[in-house]
Amino acid sequence: MADINIRKVAKAYGKTQVVHGIDLDILDREFIVILGPSGCGKSTLLRMIAGLEAISSGEIAIDGKVVNDIEPRARGCAMVFQNYALYPHMTVAQNIGYALKVAGISRAERDQRIATVAATLDISDYLDRKPGQLSGGQRQRVAMGRAMIREPKVFLFDEPLSNLDAKLRVQMRLEIRRLHQRLNATSVFVTHDQVEAMTLADRLVVMNAGHVEQVGSAEELYERPASKYVGGFIGSPHMNFLKGQIADDGCSVVLEAGPTLPINPRIGRAAPGAAVDIGIRPEHARRTGEGANLTVRYDFLEELGNGRLFHGRVGDSDFIVQSADKTPPAFGEEIGLRIDPFHIHLFDGETGVRLQEIASVAPARTRALEPA
Amino acid sequence: MRRAYFKNNWIAALMVAPQLLIIFVFFYWPTSQAIYWAFTLEQPWGGGNEWVGFENFRQLLTDSQYWDSVRVSVIYAIATTALAMGMALILALFADRQLTGYKFYRVGLIWPYAVAAPAVGLSFRFIFNPSAGLFSYINHLFPGLWDPIMNGSHALFMVIVAGAWKQIAYSFIFFLAALQSIPRSLTEACAMDGSGVLRRMWDLQLPLMAPTFFFLLVINITDSFTDSFGIVDTLTVGGPARATNLMVYKIYEDGFRGLDYSGAAAQSIILMLLVIALTFFQFRFVERRIHYS
Repeated sequence: MADINIRKVAKAYGKTQVVHGIDLDILDREFIVILGPSGCGKSTLLRMIAGLEAISSGEIAIDGKVVNDIEPRARGCAMVFQNYALYPHMTVAQNIGYALKVAGISRAERDQRIATVAATLDISDYLDRKPGQLSGGQRQRVAMGRAMIREPKVFLFDEPLSNLDAKLRVQMRLEIRRLHQRLNATSVFVTHDQVEAMTLADRLVVMNAGHVEQVGSAEELYERPASKYVGGFIGSPHMNFLKGQIADDGCSVVLEAGPTLPINPRIGRAAPGAAVDIGIRPEHARRTGEGANLTVRYDFLEELGNGRLFHGRVGDSDFIVQSADKTPPAFGEEIGLRIDPFHIHLFDGETGVRLQEIASVAPARTRALEPA
Repeated sequence: MRRAYFKNNWIAALMVAPQLLIIFVFFYWPTSQAIYWAFTLEQPWGGGNEWVGFENFRQLLTDSQYWDSVRVSVIYAIATTALAMGMALILALFADRQLTGYKFYRVGLIWPYAVAAPAVGLSFRFIFNPSAGLFSYINHLFPGLWDPIMNGSHALFMVIVAGAWKQIAYSFIFFLAALQSIPRSLTEACAMDGSGVLRRMWDLQLPLMAPTFFFLLVINITDSFTDSFGIVDTLTVGGPARATNLMVYKIYEDGFRGLDYSGAAAQSIILMLLVIALTFFQFRFVERRIHYS
């Protein structure tokens, strides 16, 4: 059992406030990913949980016990660092077994547990090597082993995959997820990579400038981003944004670029004349000849192999359309698009907060309207 | 490592020439002169010399006073090196913990290195004076407890403390730099693994500082054999009864006071060989046990 309760936790360095009163409840055995751009305070939050950074105000409780004034070693957390932080003068076996040695566990038991962990991570052949003789992926495994051997209640990962090449990253991602399932520990994983975040997480925490923007499953964040920021951060290619105003009838948006788009009539709080940003995901903009309600001035094509991105402009804004369409338009040609009202995300023009539907859209209806 | 290549060799030669010239004039030329003198008998006021082969060396090595000087030098070298490096390491470990005001005492700890050896000697002469200052009070309470003027071991102890004090600053700078080059995440990982401050010093910081430790060992030992003249000359003038007559001081005494140039030259050669041998020994046996990351 190890849930983590974070209450109004803030961090300031002198007068610079980097984390602004965060509230977050992490459930036992949950895999939480904290996602955000560099400098958003996500690593600071993780380091406060670990005890490597003092908490300026608020409190953090692990397993129901407030840990604000408890030394890192007594918190029951293990951490995997971004640069692995392996002890260069120790062998792999010594690195993995160091925590046990400090804890005063007998040599025989130590060796046995090192062997078990090494077998799990497939590094048994390297136990006598020094970290300097290992590849990036192997070092990563050793760092994981060092964290695992203590059988901690909480695993903390500080961007552990960012130093690996793309292929290895995908592989390690799956292994981390598999290990999490097996080890029955709570995991907190910090990253700036949204694909990594979405594949690993039970729940995601999106952070921006020291605040939590939204907490939810990958699906929730994708389907119903709570703010323009989350909408733009989650999903690849990123969401297109256009500026506009709610029309007098309250059921459509007049874009700055000219056209008027119908919106989901269930959206409340949308006062006529209010300035809004609308968000449309590239995969939800359908190329069509007839019945187009938006046109894009085509610039260039990005081939992805399993699909194509048509880059263009609507008025002064960039706009991306994802499509399997094989025929590229001519440069400067107007592409007709059909945008479904249920796929339009509306955000307040000033605050960027999502304008909520009065009731959530019935899933069956959404699916029926989805492009074939 | 990047290398620069010259199309014309003579340009390259021209560019290294000034350096080579300096090394030759100030190092190889005097050394070769010393070697030459060591095998001749030089007249005290100049004007001719006579080839005597190994006679100067034979005389020295059969002289019990010379062996005393060697003995005292070895004690001095080991003691100053141990004391200076030990103190420097402790101070650096504290400075690295960045307690309040560490910037000030960091500067304070580096200063002694900028003080010339005779000045160090002179100030320690006042500090350790048995009839003035702190030690006069102690001597008043326990008469004869501290007497470097009469007691040889007291005098040697005094010279060792002064010599070590001067060398602490140099070692301190290197130890502090080595400590600060240990990545923060390593220390943090070690803390997460459950080890406290002292355990981290022992398991993490000291092993990672080993290359610096080795470098300082070589430099300090060499320095304490060759660079102790100023302190001895101001503090004890080699006395009492030659108890602090270090090899390097004896060279000066025999050469410039006793006007025995040839004997002094032979002593310089022996000192040089001794330092070379010690350095070789350290590289051969100590360096192998060091991990360079």
